[in-house]
Amino acid sequence: MSDAAFLDLAGLSLGYDGRPAVEALDLSIKEGELVALLGPSGCGKTTTMRAVAGLLQPMGGRITLGGRDITRVPANRRNIGLVFQSYALFPHLSVFENVAFGLRRQRTPKDEIERRVAEAVAMVGLTGFEKRLPKELSGGQQQRVALARAVVVRPRLLLLDEPLSNLDARLRLEMRTELRRLQRELGITMVYVTHDQEEALALADRIVVMRDGKIEQMGPPEAIYETPATDFVARFVGFENVFQVKDGQLRAGNGAALPLQAPVDGGTAWLAWRPHAVELGQGPYEGQVLGTSYLGQSVEYLIESTVGPIKAEAPAALPRHEAGRTVAFGLPPATAAAIPR
Amino acid sequence: MSSRMGGLMLALVFLFLIGPFLIIIAAGMSAGETLAFPPQGLSLRWFWAVFEVESFRASFVLSIGLAVGATLLALVLGVPVAYALARYPLPGGEAMSTLLTSPVIVPAIIVGLALLRYVVIPLDLGIIPALFVAHTALLVPYAVRVVSASLANLRSDIEEAAVLLGANRLQAFFLTVLPNIRNGILAAFILGFVTSFNQVPVSLFLTGPGVSTLPIQMLWYMEFTYDPSIAALSALLALMSMAIVLVAERFLGLSRYV
Repeated sequence: MSDAAFLDLAGLSLGYDGRPAVEALDLSIKEGELVALLGPSGCGKTTTMRAVAGLLQPMGGRITLGGRDITRVPANRRNIGLVFQSYALFPHLSVFENVAFGLRRQRTPKDEIERRVAEAVAMVGLTGFEKRLPKELSGGQQQRVALARAVVVRPRLLLLDEPLSNLDARLRLEMRTELRRLQRELGITMVYVTHDQEEALALADRIVVMRDGKIEQMGPPEAIYETPATDFVARFVGFENVFQVKDGQLRAGNGAALPLQAPVDGGTAWLAWRPHAVELGQGPYEGQVLGTSYLGQSVEYLIESTVGPIKAEAPAALPRHEAGRTVAFGLPPATAAAIPR
Repeated sequence: MSSRMGGLMLALVFLFLIGPFLIIIAAGMSAGETLAFPPQGLSLRWFWAVFEVESFRASFVLSIGLAVGATLLALVLGVPVAYALARYPLPGGEAMSTLLTSPVIVPAIIVGLALLRYVVIPLDLGIIPALFVAHTALLVPYAVRVVSASLANLRSDIEEAAVLLGANRLQAFFLTVLPNIRNGILAAFILGFVTSFNQVPVSLFLTGPGVSTLPIQMLWYMEFTYDPSIAALSALLALMSMAIVLVAERFLGLSRYV
């Protein structure tokens, strides 16, 4: 693993039919790194990934892989693997032939194909399923075939497009661990596209949060989760209560304001609280409980206040606040993430 | 009461659909000299006589050749059209689809007349090339429609997967798309074959002395010779068509495409 950029996107501009989707994107990824592109649908993460794969010709900018400019290299000569959200298995081919497809295109000798396919199939735990057709497999098994098919050709880079989004919750967790193990074993550089912050946090070495075709923040999962750089990132990673700070007041989108509970650093532009960081039953503000949801270990409250709805969470063991009641609450700056100007 | 009425209606519909076919078989099995129903005596001799009529044999060969050739050409033209319409949102693609189905909607007799007046006569085409062109033109819409139906069920990302695994666009098509629409293409072939083989109105305008398709030959034959061989031949052809369609339904599920 070297520190130099392995995949480098410089000033990449992308779009469909002239409508821009990604503007002047710069991103460097090191060899062996697992980077997650995280963002809501329409943020340009999938578009960026398709451009790296060569399925979309950029309107401007450069893509370099391993020191070589591949911007104009056709997709079938890039040797970049892609695991599709829908798996995109060839429905008429057996598991063996699906996995062997890439090796056959490279005119690999027959005995080597057999050996490598067997290896790849074993790696994803599907030995014995070689003769099955994709439609005879479960979703999780199809996902594994797609993975084996992509890695068997030893791609220089593996792209994954929301690969777990069609699986149920339990399988998703299992595959997540599996992916991480594979990535360590193969030492392969991966770019992982997802809209699920939890998945990105659990898997990635580094997270790139995207919004409207631009990078909003990038950094290790801890940094993204604990110190969001913008109000958008804060909302995206679960800070449900985000307020602008101005003239010693918390300002809501509706124009209403509350005086700050305690002074904050002058450079603070936004303060963001996760639901559990909101003080409930005490504090200088008041609101009406609109509704509660029991989450098992805790209870979530939706509180109507002068600055709009506040989401708070309190341990289930504490006395409940009934819907319709007025309740005191606090937003202490000490428990908030401060977003600088 | 109402269910008894329904049963009666159903029986009548079946009688109406199958009745003529049964009458023709019966008439062909007549031992008499003229076409008549009920048949005069029972004999299979007219079924054998069919094979001895030279003009039937020649026109049968032409009809088969024409049906196979025109259907194949219609598929060679129609599959790429269906593919393009399915994969690329072309401007006017919708209009193109409509245009391509127009020969199915326009009465065939008008198509025949138009082809004769504006294509065959100006280009001075021979009878066989003229039939070939006309039948191909008639069959392209069937090919496009049936193949489109099977393409619609096929995800387009499998081609991208093939490309990323090292295939070029052409290989991706032949290795991943074609095998998955094979049944649709076979269904289109059978439908085209049967349509061409049974074609009368267009062929009527384009056949000429000495060269004729089987259905047209049968029309001419009946004008001069009124014996049961025509009924026997009709029965044989109907059985052939039915056998083809039944086999196709059994193995391809033809009715899914039509």
